[in-house]
Amino acid sequence: MPFDPLIAATRFGTGLSPVHAPPSDAAAMIARLAGPDEVAARLPIPGLATIQPSPARVQDVSRARIKARGTPQAEETDAIRRVVFAEARETQQRNALTTIARGVTAPDGLRERLTAFWADHFTVIARNGSQNHLVSPFVADAIRPHVAGSFGDMVVAATTHPVMVQYLEQFRSLGPQSRQGQRTGKGLNENLARELLELHLVGVNGGYTQADVTQMAELLTGLSYDPTEGTTYRAGWAEPGAEVVMGRRYSAKADMSTITGALRDLAVRPETAAHVAHKLAVHFVSETPDPDLVASLAQRFLDTRGDLLEVSAALLDHPAAWSPDRVKVRRPDLFLTAALRALAVPADRITGIDRRAFNTHVGGPLKLMGQPIEKPIGPDGWSEAAATWITPQGLAGRIGWALRSPQHFVDALPDPRDFVRTALGPLAPAELTFAVGAAESDADGVGLVLTSPAFQRI
Amino acid sequence: MDRRGFLLQGAALGCSLAASPLITPVALAAGPWDNRLVVIVLRGAMDGLDAIRPVGDPDYATLRPTLNDGKATPVSDFWALHPGLAPLLPLWQAGEAGAVHAVSTPYRDGRSHFDGQDILEAGTLRIDGGQGGWLNRMLGAVPGMTAETAFAIGQDRMAILAGPAPYLRWSPEVTLKLSPQVRRLLELTLHEDPLFRNAALQAVAIADGLSVEAAMQDEGGADMQMEAGRPGAESALARFAASRLREETRIASFSINGWDTHQNQRVGLERTLSRLSDTILTLRDELGPIWQKTAVLCMTEFGRTARENGTRGTDHGTGGAMIYAGGALRGGQVAGRWPGLSDQALFEQRDVMPTGDVRAAAGWVMRSLFGLDADVVSRVVFPGLDLGDRPEFLL
Repeated sequence: MPFDPLIAATRFGTGLSPVHAPPSDAAAMIARLAGPDEVAARLPIPGLATIQPSPARVQDVSRARIKARGTPQAEETDAIRRVVFAEARETQQRNALTTIARGVTAPDGLRERLTAFWADHFTVIARNGSQNHLVSPFVADAIRPHVAGSFGDMVVAATTHPVMVQYLEQFRSLGPQSRQGQRTGKGLNENLARELLELHLVGVNGGYTQADVTQMAELLTGLSYDPTEGTTYRAGWAEPGAEVVMGRRYSAKADMSTITGALRDLAVRPETAAHVAHKLAVHFVSETPDPDLVASLAQRFLDTRGDLLEVSAALLDHPAAWSPDRVKVRRPDLFLTAALRALAVPADRITGIDRRAFNTHVGGPLKLMGQPIEKPIGPDGWSEAAATWITPQGLAGRIGWALRSPQHFVDALPDPRDFVRTALGPLAPAELTFAVGAAESDADGVGLVLTSPAFQRI
Repeated sequence: MDRRGFLLQGAALGCSLAASPLITPVALAAGPWDNRLVVIVLRGAMDGLDAIRPVGDPDYATLRPTLNDGKATPVSDFWALHPGLAPLLPLWQAGEAGAVHAVSTPYRDGRSHFDGQDILEAGTLRIDGGQGGWLNRMLGAVPGMTAETAFAIGQDRMAILAGPAPYLRWSPEVTLKLSPQVRRLLELTLHEDPLFRNAALQAVAIADGLSVEAAMQDEGGADMQMEAGRPGAESALARFAASRLREETRIASFSINGWDTHQNQRVGLERTLSRLSDTILTLRDELGPIWQKTAVLCMTEFGRTARENGTRGTDHGTGGAMIYAGGALRGGQVAGRWPGLSDQALFEQRDVMPTGDVRAAAGWVMRSLFGLDADVVSRVVFPGLDLGDRPEFLL
């Protein structure tokens, strides 16, 4: 099955657009991916170093409030904290909208799709309201710069990022035999070690045991985080001695290089290649992917020691990737992005909406569709199964959005009879073309196009 | 194309609108029994040892230096309820709430939430997803089921009900307002894709039912507004579940998250157990007389380590507890066989040793409530399960 521009734009991009032509061939898509990240330059999302409010600021105002309890300053510290938390909420909203605007206005959406895929692979979730605005900086720092780079670099960046260290509780873990462990009687927290093996690296069928998880947890001791300093290494927390994880012995030296060395080594194991290859194929092509596609992705991963530009190229090289069967369903965030892209909504119309419109037309609907923004249930991220999303409730959420929200983002809705071709290309099913013509209003017609299986399946 | 053309064209496309499931009211037959089963999945692994504390066990206090805070409510010489479960004490004393201790699924050693929940909901160690959830297999094994018989409620994935047997899924906050014309056209555009068609069919049926109910309540006056305080998300789920269970629905399932208490468990678990208590009390209040025909099972993927960890929490373990409630079960007790907490008694010297299979507890409840054959339970619902002896918490 040859390259198909429609599939390139939908299965590997953020959808068809009246403004941006679909990619001309796979080489052009890979060349763009290898080139500069123009979209991020045009629509920036700050990393942790410059995010406002900073984690240190959030910590300061929270501590000040606790300290002031029962004193005359209580009211004032309370008010300051409310302002800072409101700023955090605005930041989260703005960055969520910027992420959507990137997908809507990117020349081709491959980098956006890969960023979403890898951000999901290394899912972080805010544990409380003061961290809600830190997910997008994590993606900006640890994921996006590496989607066309090395998987090992991404693993190191993600694992040692303050937001991951916080989310999977690495900052609480210390070696029971370490100085600090001996002094306090505290010990290991296995959370990050387990998810690294199970989700990020070799996968749940990667052949590791509980002993490997414990060894990995001991190996990670010392890795920590401080709101002011960022990622830190606390040698006094590190479990003494060398660790053996999945049959390989890692350095006994108590410093960060032991951790990054082990991560880079695990990142290029064949089990990791197989796990990542399978996930990529499932995400982009099918819940039950062609075994040969998976094998060829894993082989390219191994041959290039995890060069993700090469692995993405291998995906686009394989005939199974271009199967005309559209068995995947757009995830709610991608559904919304693709809809706004087909409507040619300019970036500032998206990023500029106020909080109320955000709740009505973005945040609220995504929740009803089953995807509350940046809040999957656990570190395994969002489901890949079409049936998870197209439930009565999830579909009701999509229908409701498609009928009512598009008009909020454009001055005038397109003629639905044109829009059906814009959104779907020449292959719109006859019954859809007919239904669109029979709709009572432009809003209904546009809604029918967006709710059609032909639009939602990629 | 004009509106008149639409009708002609519709006929030409061979799509019989008169027979459209989206515009024909769906007949909702009653379930084949009168009893109700509510399964609440506690995602994140509830620490059974802290929820239902064996304060009479000689090793308990040593293992739990900070969690044993002396604030538990004794319910026997040996057992005490976590403060977060104290609101359930009146139910407990009335024999309408209890627990089964030292139970687990057959999952061992992996201690992964995701696998643990998959096994709990699949009801079997095989979790390739092909066989659906155990509540779904139960539905498939009994003739006369309709989609309305079982409801998965809320925005979480409920794998426990997934599978080929029809069931409904809804979240209380969804509404679906469609003009008659859009309804007809959607029927047309979604028709060829079964996934979309079936989801839309159910969505419309549920939304129609809800709007009728809401209209009736509006006419009934403003007393619905009298509730004190804003109900939590779980109370809304419980309220919605009860509204369905008062009608045709016989099985409802939803989840409560937030049990993964790796640190500072005293604060975290109290909050989550209070939400569970609220949920159970809401079900009791909203179900009225039907509460006497109801069994509520609160199941979790596994227990937690017997020892506190270094961060005043507990890590992933094995044996845990199932909390239950409802007038259709015999409460006021901690059932199950207690293995003790000495080093030798622990599983891998680390976790509470499971002495019972939580699936057997659920299997016996289904036998008791729905009259299922032992054979159906141990071959179809939970393939290969040894049901064991009839437990003491059945009526």
